[in-house]
Amino acid sequence: MKWFHRHRGLMPYVLLAPGLAWLAVFFIVPLGFLAYQSLQSGNIDFGYAFTWAWGNYGTAFTDYRSEFVRSIEYAGIATLLALALSYPVAYWIAFRGGRWKNLLLLMIVAPFFVTYLIRTLAWETILSDNGLVVRTLQHLHLVSPGGHVLATGTAVVAGITYNFLPFMALPLYVSLEQIDHRLIEAAEDLYASSWKAFLRVTVPLSLPGVVAGTLLTFIPAAGDFINAQLLGAPQNHMIGNVIQSKFLELTDYPAAAAMSFILMGAIIIAVAAYARAVGTEQLSGTAV
Amino acid sequence: MTQSQFTRQELLRRGLAGSALLTVPGLLAACGSGGSKAAVTTTGGKQQMAKTLHFSNWTLYIDVNNKTKAHPSLQEFQQKYGTHVDYVEDINDNASYFGKIQGALSRGQSIDRDIVVLTDNDRYLSLMIKKGWAEKLDKAAIPNIKNLVPVQRHPTFDPNREYSLPWQSGMTGIAYNDKLTTPVLSVTDLLENPKLKGKITCLNSMGDALTLVMLANGDDPSKVTDKSFNAAFTRIKKAVDSKQIRQFTGNDYAPSLAKGDLAAAMSWSGDIAQIGNSHIHWNVPKDGGALWTDNMIIPKGGNVYTASVYMNYVYDPAVMGLMEAGDPKKNITGIYYIPPVIGAKEAALKLNPSVANNQLIFPSAKTLSQVHLFDSNALNNQKYLTQWQNLISA
Repeated sequence: MKWFHRHRGLMPYVLLAPGLAWLAVFFIVPLGFLAYQSLQSGNIDFGYAFTWAWGNYGTAFTDYRSEFVRSIEYAGIATLLALALSYPVAYWIAFRGGRWKNLLLLMIVAPFFVTYLIRTLAWETILSDNGLVVRTLQHLHLVSPGGHVLATGTAVVAGITYNFLPFMALPLYVSLEQIDHRLIEAAEDLYASSWKAFLRVTVPLSLPGVVAGTLLTFIPAAGDFINAQLLGAPQNHMIGNVIQSKFLELTDYPAAAAMSFILMGAIIIAVAAYARAVGTEQLSGTAV
Repeated sequence: MTQSQFTRQELLRRGLAGSALLTVPGLLAACGSGGSKAAVTTTGGKQQMAKTLHFSNWTLYIDVNNKTKAHPSLQEFQQKYGTHVDYVEDINDNASYFGKIQGALSRGQSIDRDIVVLTDNDRYLSLMIKKGWAEKLDKAAIPNIKNLVPVQRHPTFDPNREYSLPWQSGMTGIAYNDKLTTPVLSVTDLLENPKLKGKITCLNSMGDALTLVMLANGDDPSKVTDKSFNAAFTRIKKAVDSKQIRQFTGNDYAPSLAKGDLAAAMSWSGDIAQIGNSHIHWNVPKDGGALWTDNMIIPKGGNVYTASVYMNYVYDPAVMGLMEAGDPKKNITGIYYIPPVIGAKEAALKLNPSVANNQLIFPSAKTLSQVHLFDSNALNNQKYLTQWQNLISA
């Protein structure tokens, strides 16, 4: 104990060490290895050699541009949908939930006690050709008779939206829940309509939740491949599908590694642009 | 305020230094090619059975007692030889299983398996042998190898069966649901009948799919040329672009077919026997189907003698007969694919005549004359593989 008193300055480092070690071993090292691999050339039969093969990046990008674009597009649409769907729900729970708040939150999270794969497979059943959903859509002439929803981009986006919904809803709820109701009352005392009070007070104060939610949804969604594989046709495959096939089917590790880096880069650029647009203080939530 | 900021910066700096220290040996270990853990090799001299045999296989691929969920043939093996079989159903497809084990094998480490089962119409089986990642069989311990059916004795990937022995074979053909379509009996119908648009799937295994399409094109799938590859490839691509093909699948087409999302599917014989749905029919396409064989091999570091004794055991016709056909009286379900052992049919006939007479399980010479093998060189042609993977995954 005495030792700690004398070296009190060391305490934060001691506490940080496990986290840093974790990051180093399970993130930085594999990332370094992936970078090293992405510049190799060769194949599984004759082995791989490090040759500074920057060409891997060029071919990855030119050959699979449409999959990259599609990944960003699907993830973007799914993020917006998730935001549109969860904002009213989170708002309602935070402001009107009363004593049912915890139960309602549990209901949002409940489906996620089931594994990811099973939830996605459930969508196969929900959207199945002879199922209720598709038949109703056919009656409404939203789907042509004999048409299907499975194996289309719509099904993939629907699956992604559903699978990442809680990652949007929970941060939104937290930021809405923290809003001081007296601020809204004050706005109304100053003759703001309730709509205007919502726009000028509630929305800005909930922005940290929006930002956190969009990032938590968009980033994993852009790299997802399960939804596209199970709910999409070959035309709807995302970059995750290509990376998976390069890694496992073709054992073309350099190409797969290069693609992973391009995807990572694209996401970092998108997130940076987003952070710039909404202001970085929203990211850390210091506006609250 | 400044104090805490300084601390934070300092902390970050020291943290980075610390992680750098961790990184160096970590990287070395990750890139290292010199195996630190030597592979286990069999002991010379007097051969002894190991206490446990570690066996990795595909799902639903061995006899099972429906009540106890035990595998009677493995229990009998234990009684006879005192070796417990640790039977794990952890192979779902060749590629991902190979992906799982290749890291350790390439570093010269054991994967703690004595037998694994890989398919001959995918590239990984021959790759395992070519890379020296398979142990030679101890043929002295496998006198029953004489029961191997003649067609299986000299495959191109292992001409003298020094490394591998067949586990089961199966056929690739077309399945259809008679509630949704008239019989689908040819590849042309499957890929080009507009009534089936968006209602069919194609197998994602290149060997299976190309064999069927090449036969329909009048080409020989056992000798693939650039011309025949391109013809078959273009025909499938056309069906993808026109949205005739809904998806490329492994055996996950089975539930969709039963549910009615699919009217027809390129499919494997045994799966359809297992679905047991009277509306789903399976046939060898008019122009011919594919034949494939799953093979047992001993991965480097496995116990050769124990594995060889087990292989000898399953090549006993009586044992294979039970494994294949099961025994309805004892509530045992069999494998229901095609056994590679002479005499298994006679043994099966005594236990379960309906299975023994099933064309999908014990096919007649006529059925077998309609199914073909795929060129093993084409399976390793990087250009073909890349084109195929780009088609099915992008």
